Amino acid sequence: MASEKKKLRVATTSLAGCFGCHMSLLDIDERLLELLKLVEFDRSPLTDIKHCGPCDLGIIEGGLCNAENVHVLREFRKSCKVLVAMGACAVNGGLPAQRNHLDIRDCLQTVYMTGTGIRRGFIPNDPELPLPLDRVHPLHDVVKIDYFLPGCPPPADAIWHFLNDLLAGRTPTLGHGLIHYD
Amino acid sequence: MSRDLSAILARHQHDPLRLVQILRDVVEEHGFISPGTITTLAERLSLPRGRVEGVAGFYAFFPTENAGRYRVLFSDNITDRMAGSVELRQRMLEAFQVRDGEVSRDGLVSIGTTSCTGLCDQGPAMLVNGRAIPRLTRARIGSISAMIHGQAPLDTWPANLFDIHTHIERKDLLLSTPLAAGAAIDAAIARGPDATVAQVKASNLRGRGGAGFTTGVKWEMCRAAPGEAHYVVCNADEGEPGTFKDRVLLSDYADLVFEGMTVAAFAVGAKRGFLYLRAEYPFLLAPLEATLAERRKAGLLGKSIRGVADFDFDIEIHVGAGAYVCGEESALIESLEGKRGIPRNRPPYPVTSGYLQQPTVVNNVETLAKAAFVVMHGADWLRVRGTGRSAGTKVLSVSGDVARPGIYELPFGATVREVLDLCGATDVQAVQVGGPSGMLLSRSEQHRRIMFEDVPSAGAFMVFDDSRDILQVLENFASFFAHESCGFCTPCRVGTALQRRMLSALAKGYGTRRDLKDLARVAKVMKASSHCGLGATAGNAALDALEKFKPAFEKRLGTLEVMPTFDLDRSLAPAREVTGRDDDEAHLSHEEEE
Ligand SMILES: Cc1cc2nc3c(=O)[nH]c(=O)nc-3n(C[C@H](O)[C@H](O)[C@H](O)COP(=O)(O)O)c2cc1C
Ligand code: SF4
Ligand code: SF4
Ligand code: FES
Repeated sequence: MASEKKKLRVATTSLAGCFGCHMSLLDIDERLLELLKLVEFDRSPLTDIKHCGPCDLGIIEGGLCNAENVHVLREFRKSCKVLVAMGACAVNGGLPAQRNHLDIRDCLQTVYMTGTGIRRGFIPNDPELPLPLDRVHPLHDVVKIDYFLPGCPPPADAIWHFLNDLLAGRTPTLGHGLIHYD
Repeated sequence: MSRDLSAILARHQHDPLRLVQILRDVVEEHGFISPGTITTLAERLSLPRGRVEGVAGFYAFFPTENAGRYRVLFSDNITDRMAGSVELRQRMLEAFQVRDGEVSRDGLVSIGTTSCTGLCDQGPAMLVNGRAIPRLTRARIGSISAMIHGQAPLDTWPANLFDIHTHIERKDLLLSTPLAAGAAIDAAIARGPDATVAQVKASNLRGRGGAGFTTGVKWEMCRAAPGEAHYVVCNADEGEPGTFKDRVLLSDYADLVFEGMTVAAFAVGAKRGFLYLRAEYPFLLAPLEATLAERRKAGLLGKSIRGVADFDFDIEIHVGAGAYVCGEESALIESLEGKRGIPRNRPPYPVTSGYLQQPTVVNNVETLAKAAFVVMHGADWLRVRGTGRSAGTKVLSVSGDVARPGIYELPFGATVREVLDLCGATDVQAVQVGGPSGMLLSRSEQHRRIMFEDVPSAGAFMVFDDSRDILQVLENFASFFAHESCGFCTPCRVGTALQRRMLSALAKGYGTRRDLKDLARVAKVMKASSHCGLGATAGNAALDALEKFKPAFEKRLGTLEVMPTFDLDRSLAPAREVTGRDDDEAHLSHEEEE
């Protein structure tokens, strides 16, 4: 390698998530500066880069609720050597998957046409808008995921610990206290 | 409404222990349990409302919303499916223009599925408002649909529709020994309780309900356990798909089973006994009550039985409400106490802390029937048949691809081949012994023997010929466990759901090699860490199949290491439908575009 200090290139994104996991990532506070010595960010809400280039690591928050999510996930899988599902939504579908027992047609109809206060409603059909999937899926239903980081959101310490393990070449392990489900 | 409730409550002496029985009557009379009913029952029984609601919500046969005037449930065991139940259900759904599991718009009917109803030798079967109808054909479905359309009350339906046949194809020790009612009781009295227990112990009789615990040891421990009262429970929950031998024992040998319970009561010093009968067998209820009444009249139940002062014993029948887990003895006891059927922590075991925390013997129907003869004829009666560690015979329920489905009693040690020959099975691909929680055997294992030392069985013996798809069999088993998991512990609640998802994806051709590994991993986690036997055995069939039927999986695997586990494009179809879109962006490719 040309330089030993070559930084790891990292991309992150939020699919069907609430940005809570990204907020938790920011919660590592001043350790962010330490992290930035080791990594540089590619596509990420932190950089506003729109498309992912070749990366060492991809971190994804949120599951899959629409066609665009699937496209972004595939772009990440193609570009990143290692892909991490971060948070309950990415790992299991999480909160958005609560809609899975409803018929998506009924959902759209209720929200856009028959709900209270709606007159002359219609279901948006602009091709610019991604269509929702009939059910919300976790990431590993569509591509291979290398690591799962559970929690809703995973605590900042867990993310920090996890990234350190990964950067140092250790298989990440989350010990007692770092796995939270609420 | 609340006047009816008063009558039901009075019938059950306002006893909260009888809550499951009370709710059964409510469903019988009202069709479902409304929130208002739950509130009233809670008040009148002085129970927290959540307690009543929890019990109502636990059991499959307690609908808490209107389920239609006719609630039709197709038995969904793999043997029903093999006999054509899916097509028949589809016909009926179309005839009433109703979706699976939903109530028709006019509130007339709901059509859904239920776990195996124990009529596998005369399937496909269904329950209509709890009443069993076997041997379904297109013609039967046609006339049933017509009667529902015409809103004919169930009591006016032709009686032969409900006829349950008994097919006993081979009798051995148990089924051919005659019983004079009271003879075993007399033998026990003559010998005294301690010697009676000793005799059952000496016979080496082991439980026929699954676990195979030595019956005499169980009775001895119960007898020795201190308590205010002792109880005897006959486990007639028979929920393991493919098992129907207890049904036949209770229809044709009821006296013998009650004789066994009474002997057990004498041996352990019990005054009260329960028969926990699965709800799927309502047709047994009246004949069993009649047998009990006769036995009371003959002095074989009640006070001072056979003139022995202090030998008081009577039997109550409790009916379940559609929960496989209630066959697990501690869950069964919870259910007997009017609670949700969630298995207890064990130890303590029922023998020291069972019904109302008192010493309780729980035995399978077949075990008790055999115990009666052991007490009557001596320990050797049983030991003339069987093997060293499996004394006597086993009653098998044979179903699936065989010429003569039914009941076969064989000595322990009989080979799978012998059973297959007897029942007329050809082109055998696989046999599932002991039900979905048991063992899956391949064609090459016909030398294996039915006995505790090799292939134990609680009684089910389902045969699949070469035309069957093993993955569909596994998918059916996995759905059964996912549906029946009581949800108390995470390995089973989540594991059974994962297993069902993985198997259904694999069966549809959306699986990869990695999924095979994951499937095995989930099965092992369930086995190692579940709270009760349901979760511990829920992965058995999949593990067996991964070992013995690997090509059945492999031929459906994609070549990629990972591929989507569902049809991506189809999953956009509902949204396409309501938006009317069909542009490029409204579609997804299954494999990634380069
Ligand atoms: C999920 C589950 C279901 C069971 N279902 C039954 C059943 O339907 N009938 C039965 O006799 N035993 C059943 N058992 C076994 C009982 O827990 C218990 O071992 C048996 O009733 C004891 O009687 P035995 O010693 O005469 O076999 C089940 C166990 C489990 C874990
Ligand atoms: S896991 Fe929790 S915090 Fe993260 S995206 Fe989902 S809901 Fe938000
Ligand atoms: S193993 Fe399954 S059925 Fe048994 S207690 Fe746990 S969740 Fe309930
Ligand atoms: S919410 Fe996770 S186990 Fe109940």
